[in-house]
Amino acid sequence: MIKTNKKTPKNIILSLENVSISYGTFEAVRNVFCNFKKGDITSLIGPSGCGKSTVLRSLNRMNDLIPNCSLKGTVLFDGTNIYDKRVDPVEVRRRIGMVFQQPNPFPKSIYENIAFGARINGFVGDMDELVESSLRKAALWDECKDKLNDSGYSLSGGQQQRLCIARTIAIEPEIILMDEPCSALDPISTLKIEETMHELKKNYTIIIVTHNMQQALRVSDMTAFFNAIEYEDGDGGKVGYLAEVNTTKKIFNSPKEKTTQEYISGKFG
Amino acid sequence: MEEKLTLFKNRKRFGIEKNIDIIFKNTALVLSSFVAIILLGIILVVFFQSFESFSRYGLKFLVTSEWNPVKDEYGAFTAIYGTLVTSFLSLLITIPLGVGTAIFITEDFVPKVVREIIGSFVELLAAIPSVVLGLWAIFVMEPFFRAFFVFLHNFFGWIPLFSTEPTGRNSLLAILILVVMLLPIVTSIARDSLNQVPKKLRNAAYGIGASRWKTIFSVILPAALSGIMAGVLLALGRAMGETMAVTMIIGNSNAFSWSILSPGYTISSMLANQFGEADGSQVSSLFYAAFVLMILSLVVNIFAQWLVKKFSLKY
Amino acid sequence: MNSLYYQKRLSRNIGDTFFTSLSVICALIAILPLIFLVTYILIKGGSQITPELFTLEPNPPGDDLDAGGINPALIGTLIITTIASIIAIPVGVGGGIYLAEYSKGGAFSRFIRFGVNVLAGVPSIIAGVFIYALIVSTKILFGSMYSGLAGGMALSILMLPTVIKTTDEGLKLVPNELRYASLGVGASMYTTILKVTLPSAIRSIATGVVLGIARAAGETAPLIFTALFSYYYITGFGDLFYEMGSLAVLIYNFALEPYDAQNKLAWAASFILVLSILSVNIFSRILAAFTEKTKRV
Repeated sequence: MIKTNKKTPKNIILSLENVSISYGTFEAVRNVFCNFKKGDITSLIGPSGCGKSTVLRSLNRMNDLIPNCSLKGTVLFDGTNIYDKRVDPVEVRRRIGMVFQQPNPFPKSIYENIAFGARINGFVGDMDELVESSLRKAALWDECKDKLNDSGYSLSGGQQQRLCIARTIAIEPEIILMDEPCSALDPISTLKIEETMHELKKNYTIIIVTHNMQQALRVSDMTAFFNAIEYEDGDGGKVGYLAEVNTTKKIFNSPKEKTTQEYISGKFG
Repeated sequence: MEEKLTLFKNRKRFGIEKNIDIIFKNTALVLSSFVAIILLGIILVVFFQSFESFSRYGLKFLVTSEWNPVKDEYGAFTAIYGTLVTSFLSLLITIPLGVGTAIFITEDFVPKVVREIIGSFVELLAAIPSVVLGLWAIFVMEPFFRAFFVFLHNFFGWIPLFSTEPTGRNSLLAILILVVMLLPIVTSIARDSLNQVPKKLRNAAYGIGASRWKTIFSVILPAALSGIMAGVLLALGRAMGETMAVTMIIGNSNAFSWSILSPGYTISSMLANQFGEADGSQVSSLFYAAFVLMILSLVVNIFAQWLVKKFSLKY
Repeated sequence: MNSLYYQKRLSRNIGDTFFTSLSVICALIAILPLIFLVTYILIKGGSQITPELFTLEPNPPGDDLDAGGINPALIGTLIITTIASIIAIPVGVGGGIYLAEYSKGGAFSRFIRFGVNVLAGVPSIIAGVFIYALIVSTKILFGSMYSGLAGGMALSILMLPTVIKTTDEGLKLVPNELRYASLGVGASMYTTILKVTLPSAIRSIATGVVLGIARAAGETAPLIFTALFSYYYITGFGDLFYEMGSLAVLIYNFALEPYDAQNKLAWAASFILVLSILSVNIFSRILAAFTEKTKRV
């Protein structure tokens, strides 16, 4: 990896410095500065269209896959700007895993779903053991230990999502990004996934986008509130920005910004 | 966590994997550009091969019908006329039949199963090789229609199109076999376009008390029109380029006649007939004719694609 | 009176009945000859089938009552279509992969997709003319002129657009989530394509490709002055560089012969060709309908 001279505090694992992201000529989010602490769960909340998912996807360069998407600014991970030309996005994704909004298991067996990513990452240990430990960490082991050879699609939606989490854990990433992982799930599955996250916190840094403020309150240490404002030129288009970031407690109890207050009390969003 | 990481020896992508990735992408890129290379190659090769004939006869080639290898005089008017008249007249018959059939299988006159069987049967027919249709045309269609052609000539002989005594193979038979070939194309595309008309349009018309056919004519057909048009154009391109069935039944005569009851020629049947044995400037003239055919079908095809694009933007 | 009962004589009802009958008539005119055609080919051709047909060489047209068999043409069709597939499938699948997986809707991919459609509309005889000029007349293939190899190349030009299109469309049906899943665990692009997206789309691609091959097997125009025709058994690899018979060209040549024996051979060849093409079509349709049903569950 390429070292830069930028100094970041030791416990900061990932930091955004003046990041703006556009799709073609449309600017989705502007001038974001934000630090993510190692071992924390950070929630990104805000009304739809504020660019929080866009920011999340930019953290492991999944945005590369969207035509015309461009990023200005720096995303520092492990002392390296991951948008440096010399950086290999595939390598970034091996160290920063992602769980998506829709559960997306591979059309393979449960076992293979987990083994696939590990194998790609050149796993040389005991695969059975890795599959078991990953499924255990994702709180799925008891439910599927007897049908590891069944298709991933045979699981329920909530189980599929936990399988996707297990798949991500299996490659031992340093950070796990979660893009509204519970939005397609029922409340019981949601609770299970939240429990899983509490377990994962011991070993991983988690950044999660959520529409559900209660969820942010329940799971996260830090919360970043994104908002969208109309362009200065006033043609009705909106651009997202980071309004406020603080400990979850402070954001929900004594936010500094008025819009944060309004958002968390349900006045808009 | 640290010791576990050592279990992943590919955490860093090694050069070989990166290189495979790049090679894979570039191979795919090269393969996809083959299409452009072949297309360009076809146009250039046919153009350059026809150059000798083109520079000798110029555009006169298109309007004279002398085709004489002995005197080295070439003009493709008979074949061009044959190509145009067979393809347009066959379309003229195919369109109402095909669209009518398409309406029949998109409306609910008969149970869905029956309609689906008819639909897939028609599509299956598109798979029958044209040389087989030609064989069928020679041995079944020609004897079957002989009496009818005599009747046509006797009663409508005053129309130039029917002015010659029918003798065996002729252009009208080619037109009829083209109808058989084009029907599946027009029917299935018309059916797809009719099916794509949103249900709400039909409901709107029914809701204000329009009758079934009022709805079909004033709401559904107009909405599906550009799709049907694109299908018709594709069929036209097919008709102009169709070779085997036409070659086998059209009679292959370069003697020009306005009548479709006399043997004729199309560009493609001329190519099929003469290419194997041609030499000297005849080859170049045949390439010239091929070039004309290619331009004709390219124009029709591009226009069809343009229509399809315009059509798909609407919904 | 203003009755709600159906009134036959109302002009709109007369019109409706008229047009309904018209569309029924259209459908009948369209379908009956087609049914007749298929049954005729199957019966007339089927009645000519004998075991010797598959083993003998065809006899040159003449007065003999025995026309022989179609063995060389049958084998020739298999060889020529195989050559065409060997060329068209890798190129087409590779090109389709580029269009669906790599290109981001830019000018290049739009141009190639346009080109694919244009190439699909090029008359099949033009493909023959092109290969004639490029390969046959230049004797570029080790000095051989008309050859099975040249015929296969001409056919591959016709297959190529079908293969690219089905690959492109098949891959586009694979949900993006699956790609993200693979790339998200750090898979390289080629691993993602080979291990995840291509396997998910393989069935629809295979169906399209098989249909394309079936269509190519019946094409005649590109072969009549590239592969030409041959009356003799195909005995070895070297025969690839000489004139090669095919069912399609056999039908064309023998349909135009004045002798009944040759005509019968043409019917028999038609039967085999039509039967195999139709069964491939029907089989793949059933398979497609079946997979669609299982997917919905």
